[in-house]
Amino acid sequence: MIGFIFKRFFQSFIVMFLVALLAFTMFNFLGDPVNQMVGIDTTAADREALRERLGLNDPLMVQFGRFVSNAFQFEFGQSYQHKRAVSGLILDRLPATLELSFIAAIFTLVVGVPMGVYTGLHRDSLLSKIFMTISLVGVSLPTFLIGILLIFVFSVQLQWLPSFGRGEVVDFGFWSTGLLTASGWKAVIMPAVTLGLFQMTLIMRLVRSEMLEVLRSDYIKFARARGLANRSINFGHALKNTLVPVITIAGLQLGSLIAFAIITETVFQWPGMGLMFLQAIQVVDIPIMAAYLMLIAFFFVMINMIVDLLYYVVDPRLRVDSSN
Amino acid sequence: MTLLKIDDLKVEFPGRHETFVAVENIQLELEPGEIYGLVGESGAGKSTIGNAVIDLLEPPGRVAEGHIALDGTAIENLPYEKMRSIRGRRIGMIFQDPLTSLNPLYTVEYQLVETIQTHLGLSEVEATARAIELLDQVGIPEPEVRVKHYPHQFSGGMRQRVVIALALCGEPELIIADEPTTALDVSIQAQILDLIRSLCKQRQVGMVIITHDMGVIADITDNVAVMYHGKIVEKGPTAKILSTPEHPYTKSLISAVPRADLRLNRFPMVNYIEGPEPTRSNFDVSTHWLGQARNYSDSQDESLVKVDSLTIKFVTERSILPSRNKLFTAVDSVSFDIREGETFGLVGESGSGKSTIARSIAGLYRPFSGNIHFAGGNLTEIKDEKQLRPYRQQMQMIFQDPFSSLNSRMRVLDIVAEPIRFHKLASSRAEVVEIVEDLLEHVGLGRAAANRFPHEFSGGQRQRISIARALATRPRFLICDEPTSALDVSIQAQILNLLKDLQDELGLTMLFISHDLPVIRQMCDRVAVMRNGKICEIAETEQLFEAPGHEYTRHLLDLMPKLENLSREGLDVADDEAAPPSH
Repeated sequence: MIGFIFKRFFQSFIVMFLVALLAFTMFNFLGDPVNQMVGIDTTAADREALRERLGLNDPLMVQFGRFVSNAFQFEFGQSYQHKRAVSGLILDRLPATLELSFIAAIFTLVVGVPMGVYTGLHRDSLLSKIFMTISLVGVSLPTFLIGILLIFVFSVQLQWLPSFGRGEVVDFGFWSTGLLTASGWKAVIMPAVTLGLFQMTLIMRLVRSEMLEVLRSDYIKFARARGLANRSINFGHALKNTLVPVITIAGLQLGSLIAFAIITETVFQWPGMGLMFLQAIQVVDIPIMAAYLMLIAFFFVMINMIVDLLYYVVDPRLRVDSSN
Repeated sequence: MTLLKIDDLKVEFPGRHETFVAVENIQLELEPGEIYGLVGESGAGKSTIGNAVIDLLEPPGRVAEGHIALDGTAIENLPYEKMRSIRGRRIGMIFQDPLTSLNPLYTVEYQLVETIQTHLGLSEVEATARAIELLDQVGIPEPEVRVKHYPHQFSGGMRQRVVIALALCGEPELIIADEPTTALDVSIQAQILDLIRSLCKQRQVGMVIITHDMGVIADITDNVAVMYHGKIVEKGPTAKILSTPEHPYTKSLISAVPRADLRLNRFPMVNYIEGPEPTRSNFDVSTHWLGQARNYSDSQDESLVKVDSLTIKFVTERSILPSRNKLFTAVDSVSFDIREGETFGLVGESGSGKSTIARSIAGLYRPFSGNIHFAGGNLTEIKDEKQLRPYRQQMQMIFQDPFSSLNSRMRVLDIVAEPIRFHKLASSRAEVVEIVEDLLEHVGLGRAAANRFPHEFSGGQRQRISIARALATRPRFLICDEPTSALDVSIQAQILNLLKDLQDELGLTMLFISHDLPVIRQMCDRVAVMRNGKICEIAETEQLFEAPGHEYTRHLLDLMPKLENLSREGLDVADDEAAPPSH
């Protein structure tokens, strides 16, 4: 077990190193950073001075080392566009994105898993067929269209929910949350549903097919032959056995919820990292892009590691094999 | 009072177009403490009866007619919740595969306690004590410790004991055991059958045993019903049915059971079931493509295969340093040789290393140390794949599972033609097709089989395809790894006869692997008995069975279900056995 964690840490480290390499190369190949930062009328001497000050004349290895050690301290330099520290910008935006993704993930699991169990148990019922049809819509409609439809129905026609922004936000200095105010909750509903709908249908279909598989297994038949209650068979014995693949997919999906909230954030003008990233791409604001890349990679690596550890919690076969 | 009375039962599976009748006209009576056998081949409807009694028929199956009475009360077509209170409490069930019958994510304790609490309403503490007691009764050592373990920490035999303990949780009056020992080794099978027998007698539990294995029937049952195509064709006391069967199906079924007590020239066919043996082509093998190129220049040496202190190890846990990898020794310095033209048997229980040896001869595993000589070449020294090819062409393998050993996306023509094309054994496309069709005809499938896909064939027919594919390189050495253990006895007899005939025609040498001693006796000239990766004994087959030299061999022979009283009607006994046994 310890050996396994150690090994995973080592692998994560390699992944982060490679991503850092990628992020660093952007500085050198996507245009000249000095040109981005100064006006047209800056003299060549001033440019050279700036170049020297930013350390761009140092050997590549030195620059890369500096980039990595700065990244370790959550330091990504100045944004070309905003003329502010990137880390500060990210810290301003991060809570919005994380909250949105978190609510979307909860929505995905709380709605998706029970729907999957239900459709697995009652394959031929009318409700199952309705769920399956809805899920097909969820999979096939693009996110922006769902967002726009929701805005049209709930903001424009019914005027129940706000169409943009985070609502009132409570600021703790290091973290700002919209989850403590009624308007914040109202504002997060539609973006979270939009963001999570695709993942929800995916989870639902996955749980359904896994349930169908498990319900055919001998141990479920044996559990029935022992006269156990249906509740215990369906949820205690069957559902738990579907968890390993579900955890895998759910983990990966949570990562992509965070990384690809961009479209949803754009549609709902949600002040998160995605929106910032999109703007950064438009003006080639490389420090923000590099930082975003590093941050998302870090989230993915961490989530994957947690997923791997969860396997051990769920499946005793893995636990024992490694200790023997 | 009769414990279980089945009266004129009919089970059907309504389909979209027609209704499939799985069983009908079933009459059965069972007393407390009695063990009743239901025997028949796959598809005969044995399991359907068991599932109907406990009301676990796969939908849309249903009891269409007849009555099932437990202790005088009708239990067919009860409402779900009412039936649930009978399941486990009054009727217990044991399934075939102990590896898949237990939920892998829960401890044995959890599963036992849950079941006990469901039925007996005991407190957690009482139920745990009861669980430990049950494990003790089914013969699991150190039950206090073992109860905390997960299913995967038990061996197959121990798991089947856990399954039996689980079936006993509700103290049922009737237990239905569906192939309870089919997935187990002979020695474990004998233990489990002993356990079942003593539990039935002690607790006066009635037991229905569903099996395809005449040995199990002979060993344990008081009465038996023989099933064929959804009907009971004959029933009565076991000893009587086995010694003087009356129905032709029963007769042919019994005669198809491989005998451990005498050697036959050929296996009798179960004509009643399959019709006559499929007609095979009568072309002259010596002039056909198949018989050509059979004059090997290296045949001065008597032994074709020579395995010399072969050791095979598998890595069980990888370390960063290869020298610190944890290794499992599957085969431990094994030596034997196989003479040209003989059938050499490898027998042993699962995990004894039989298949590992076969696969390393075929080149699928690299030996850790030792040498494998084949046809004068040392296979372990040849590293170059191209140089190995001529040897590979001369040896072919037939696998156990006829379902997974054929690529389901390829037509039979391409499956059989692939080795011919690979080794460039034919000059034109037309010739390849001609050869493949001849081969298919020769193994009893008919030429038309070439254009079909594997899923259109039954298990026995698929095994014939595998044999045709193996013949397609014109091999001189066949490795048969449990070629018939997935098949019914009647099909098994056909396949084994086919292998014998081919051997006679083509002068093949065979390595024949089986866990089934009677089959070994019928097929092999010499036998090696394996245990834990080592060879215990190598002997001529007849000598091994009549006068085993090694203790473990005697042990295995003792464990074989005794079938001495089987009817000998219609058997083609080998010459040296024809005289009545005088010893």
